[in-house]
Amino acid sequence: MSMHGVQNEEKIELNKEEQKAIRARSMRLLGSIIRPVRNRLWVSLALVIGAQSLRVSLPALIAVIIDKSLPQAVNGDFTSLWTVVGTYVAAAILSSALIATFVRFAARINQDIMLGLRRRIFAHTQKLSVEFHETYTSGRVISRQTNDLDSIMELLNSGGNEMIAGLLYMVFTAIALIWLDLTSFGIVLVSFIPLWFLTRWFQKQTRLNYRKTRVASAKLIVHFVETMTGIRAVKAFRKEKANQDKYAELVEDYRYVNGKVIQLFGIFDPGLILIGRITASVVLLIGGIRVLEGNLTVGVLLSCVVYVSSFYDPMEQLAMFYNSFQSANSGLEKISGVLEENPSVAEPADPTKLDAPKGHIEFDDVQFSYSNGKEVLPKFSLDIPAGQTIALVGTTGAGKSTLAKLISRFYDPIEGQVRLDGVDLRRLTDEDLRRAVVMVTQEAYLFSGSVADNIALGKPGASMAEIESAARAVGAHEFISALPDGYDTDVNKRGGRVSAGQRQLISFARAFIADPAVLILDEATASLDIPSERLVQHGLKTLLADRTAVIIAHRLSTVSIADRVLVMEHGRVIEDDAPATLIAGTGKFAKMHKAWRESLV
Amino acid sequence: MAETDAKRGAMRTLLRIFPYTKKALPRIVLGMVAALAAHMLALSIPNFLRGIVDAVGAQGSVESIIPLVLWVLGLGVLEALMVLARRWLVLTPGTHVEANLRRTLYAKLQNLPVAFHDRWPSGQLLSRATQDLSLIRRWLSFGLVLLVANGITIIVGLAVLYSYSWILGSIFLVIVAPLWIIGFNFEKNYHITARKSQDQAGDLATSVEQSVHGIRVLKAFGRGGFITEKFAKDAAELRKTELVKARMVAGLWWYLSVIPELALGVSLFVGVWLVQNDQLTIGGLAAFIFTTRVLHWPMDSIGFLLSMTIDAQTAVERFFEVLDEPVGIDDPNKPRKVDKVEGRLVFEDVHFRYQDAPDSEPDLLRGVNLELLPGESVALIGVTGCGKTTLTALATRLYEVTGGSIKIDGIDIRDLNREELRSHIAMAFEDATLFSASVRENVLLGNPNASEEDLHEALAIAQAQFAYDLPDGLDTRIGEEGLSLSGGQRQRLALARAVAAKPAILVLDDPLSALDVDTEAMVEDALRTVLKATTALIVAHRPSTVQLADRVALMQDGKITAFGKHSELLATNDHYRFVISSLDAAGELIEVN
Repeated sequence: MSMHGVQNEEKIELNKEEQKAIRARSMRLLGSIIRPVRNRLWVSLALVIGAQSLRVSLPALIAVIIDKSLPQAVNGDFTSLWTVVGTYVAAAILSSALIATFVRFAARINQDIMLGLRRRIFAHTQKLSVEFHETYTSGRVISRQTNDLDSIMELLNSGGNEMIAGLLYMVFTAIALIWLDLTSFGIVLVSFIPLWFLTRWFQKQTRLNYRKTRVASAKLIVHFVETMTGIRAVKAFRKEKANQDKYAELVEDYRYVNGKVIQLFGIFDPGLILIGRITASVVLLIGGIRVLEGNLTVGVLLSCVVYVSSFYDPMEQLAMFYNSFQSANSGLEKISGVLEENPSVAEPADPTKLDAPKGHIEFDDVQFSYSNGKEVLPKFSLDIPAGQTIALVGTTGAGKSTLAKLISRFYDPIEGQVRLDGVDLRRLTDEDLRRAVVMVTQEAYLFSGSVADNIALGKPGASMAEIESAARAVGAHEFISALPDGYDTDVNKRGGRVSAGQRQLISFARAFIADPAVLILDEATASLDIPSERLVQHGLKTLLADRTAVIIAHRLSTVSIADRVLVMEHGRVIEDDAPATLIAGTGKFAKMHKAWRESLV
Repeated sequence: MAETDAKRGAMRTLLRIFPYTKKALPRIVLGMVAALAAHMLALSIPNFLRGIVDAVGAQGSVESIIPLVLWVLGLGVLEALMVLARRWLVLTPGTHVEANLRRTLYAKLQNLPVAFHDRWPSGQLLSRATQDLSLIRRWLSFGLVLLVANGITIIVGLAVLYSYSWILGSIFLVIVAPLWIIGFNFEKNYHITARKSQDQAGDLATSVEQSVHGIRVLKAFGRGGFITEKFAKDAAELRKTELVKARMVAGLWWYLSVIPELALGVSLFVGVWLVQNDQLTIGGLAAFIFTTRVLHWPMDSIGFLLSMTIDAQTAVERFFEVLDEPVGIDDPNKPRKVDKVEGRLVFEDVHFRYQDAPDSEPDLLRGVNLELLPGESVALIGVTGCGKTTLTALATRLYEVTGGSIKIDGIDIRDLNREELRSHIAMAFEDATLFSASVRENVLLGNPNASEEDLHEALAIAQAQFAYDLPDGLDTRIGEEGLSLSGGQRQRLALARAVAAKPAILVLDDPLSALDVDTEAMVEDALRTVLKATTALIVAHRPSTVQLADRVALMQDGKITAFGKHSELLATNDHYRFVISSLDAAGELIEVN
């Protein structure tokens, strides 16, 4: 089974090969995240090494105090005591200062990493094709960018620092032990055997379970987002109870897998403590006997016991790090999957520049079918001269929208070329293409922010005067001025407070201000009432005067401003002529037009 | 004074979570006991070490230290067991509390009126349901337990230090005391920043949500880069806040780690002096040092436990911001029941204004009077934005009237349970929302007990026969997690859903806008049979849709200004002609040609 991109991303048990592929790609991602900050990572490593080596010296200094300074002090000589205690305090202060610096320094690195990663996923999902978004679902994209990122942030925030500090602490403790007393170190070495088994067990168990938590939490988010965005329908059809049951089930699934992961750690951690305590007791017993035999000083024994009993403390931190690493790793697996998805509509590496688009569109032996293999447009050719206004008519599912989406390059054809001013669309940069071709759809999505912001989306940085004149041109100025704060009115979530028709007017203004050479209107007037449509028709005449336009409309009122009508059926153009000619004829369009005229009264 | 208020406020906020932890509470308390026991065991070990050190110092026999070592071993093992017990006791209940809170939040969100959802970006809701709740879980099963256990341990530890030497104990205490003030100050400042960061995270989630739901618009205008820049700017703000947080934590941590070491340094010096003066044995000093090391972690940990507590507190605060929101549109205390609905729908002097509309703004609806007789179909006409959709939403209490009343068969809709009300009225919206479920489930949403025939009939009426040709027929999954359908297809399924609900009253909000003329005509023909037996309120923009209705109501300036037959109004009402007649438009079009 292919694990490329987001395919099969909910699979839990992976075979060796899949495991390898996924690990390789998440490690690549990790590597690429770390690369830009690696110099700073070295600095922070130096800080930790300094701090931890100082910290580790503290118990040894206590040994010196008890073995050397104390007897001297008993004899009335306090010099050594002064010096060693002074050193102790200085070392403690310095190491704390270093760690505090490290924490701040590391936070900066972590936040830079997070910012970079956030930007990268966000930008990448924006680049991915509409087809990807349609199949992957918004909830999952959101989940990748919230929950999964959080797991990585957690790793960076706590895990990273503690892992380096913990590991170093262990290394230095080991060195100090070797230096102080080899026998005690030997005992510690023996304790590594149960430690190894415990860790292996933990590692194996957690990997699967973390993968499960990622999948479960994504499901939770998908359901949550769907409910909240469709809340009107939920209420109107009394879906609350069914939703609540479904959500409760998902919550329980997540709780169960998450609880399992936490419990694993709940066994691992006391296991570590147990090994630590037993080892410390053995060191104490053997050390005590050796002191009695005169082979060891009390001070050394004491510091050995301190070292041994604190040797395993960082293990807990390491385990916690490992824990967050596993959690982050499953996040990385999923994120790297999304990043691995190539935009099926990719930008060219070596684009052709299009400075002054005229708007001449050609379909040259174009064929299109969706990735599931269903053919939508059989092979066809079509030439739309610059400046021509085309009306596309035909029944639902005839392929009109697909044709429009090919011009705006939401999809690429399977075969053949779509050209703008003689240049294959695939040879244009996104920027050039979008400057030349703009599509307005029936779904007039408004972003949170003001009405003015939403119009200005068509031309970032547009002045207030430009925004207003665009609104006037499409007949939206009147209602916008009547809003509580005029153009500064917040449109709220999903344009909740603006009516469907008004939303369409705003998105018309958005298209107007973008001033493209090619304008595609896909059912863009469907929700307008007749007075608004009249206004838009007015505006359209000026709007379309000097540009190429493709209009898809069920209301044939729009058709009459077209220079040319294409009637489509089952993906084929069956009639193609000037509207007046078609109306006068006896074809499909003549019939449609007659029916429409009758529906007007 | 203000500070103590804030302090009390913080405690009170956190306490509010406890009703949701009822079942878990005993185990959490037991977990605290276990944690405390583990710490106490750790604290008691140095005492045996003192015995061992003094014994070996006095050249005692091996036999004399063995029982002591066994004690140390036994206590150590017991400590590990206590840690195991703590985790076992606390972890599962913690996840249950989290799940409970999550379900509660979701239920509340479903119960809150549409007006609430208009106001709240869903990213903010999402971050509450995910991030915030897991913060609370971690605090309950970890932060809270350890904060209590470590706090008590520090106090007991200080007492133990006193038991070894009151002088050393006092020195230690005096030097460590300022930590209390530092911690208190930290809490005050950190709270604001923690809250800010959580809110910013919620805003980011909102940006992400919009960037995904608005992807087609962004693509169509090529604004991917633009919106990414905007997002990056917000993300950079969050980064800044997180850095401030880190600086605060680093500062606190510095004090927490350096002060105990200073105290130990001074104690060491004085301790040696005490040993020299025979006021303390070497073993006593060793035990003292060991105890301070045992206390090291509890003291160190206060820093992150405190920040965790404050994070949890702001998370609880954010949780209750939603939970405290008045439902507004609630079920009545003594609901009435309508057994047999005839379907008389009456709007009586209905007023409505949006909650957040400025005072200067007049009501959107200013006394709507309209009566739909049982079985009658009425088309609602008016310019865009005049309040037609709002009026239809009022009938199912998606919003609540702010004046006047709406009655079904003479009963005020506020006297019915919402569940019952919405079983009598079915709606089809212009933007058709389908859920992640099969076609069958989607269509039968309002009437799960409907027969197979009802389903086929509804699909036939809505001209949604295309559904049979989907990959898995009527069992094809659609919606967010399934096959994506075209706007026209979605609209027809939504219409089928409203029809399949077989309601007494049908509310259709411009339900045919995305259909082509042929399909629209077919749907209209089929709908006529349904409408004969059903009361219907139909928002219409086209004369063709108006034809479906028996009578037409014209909305203007928040009122019904005309009510009658289409032909009558067309003949007598200028505004009506303006709104519905395409003749002008057609005339103009001919000019163009």
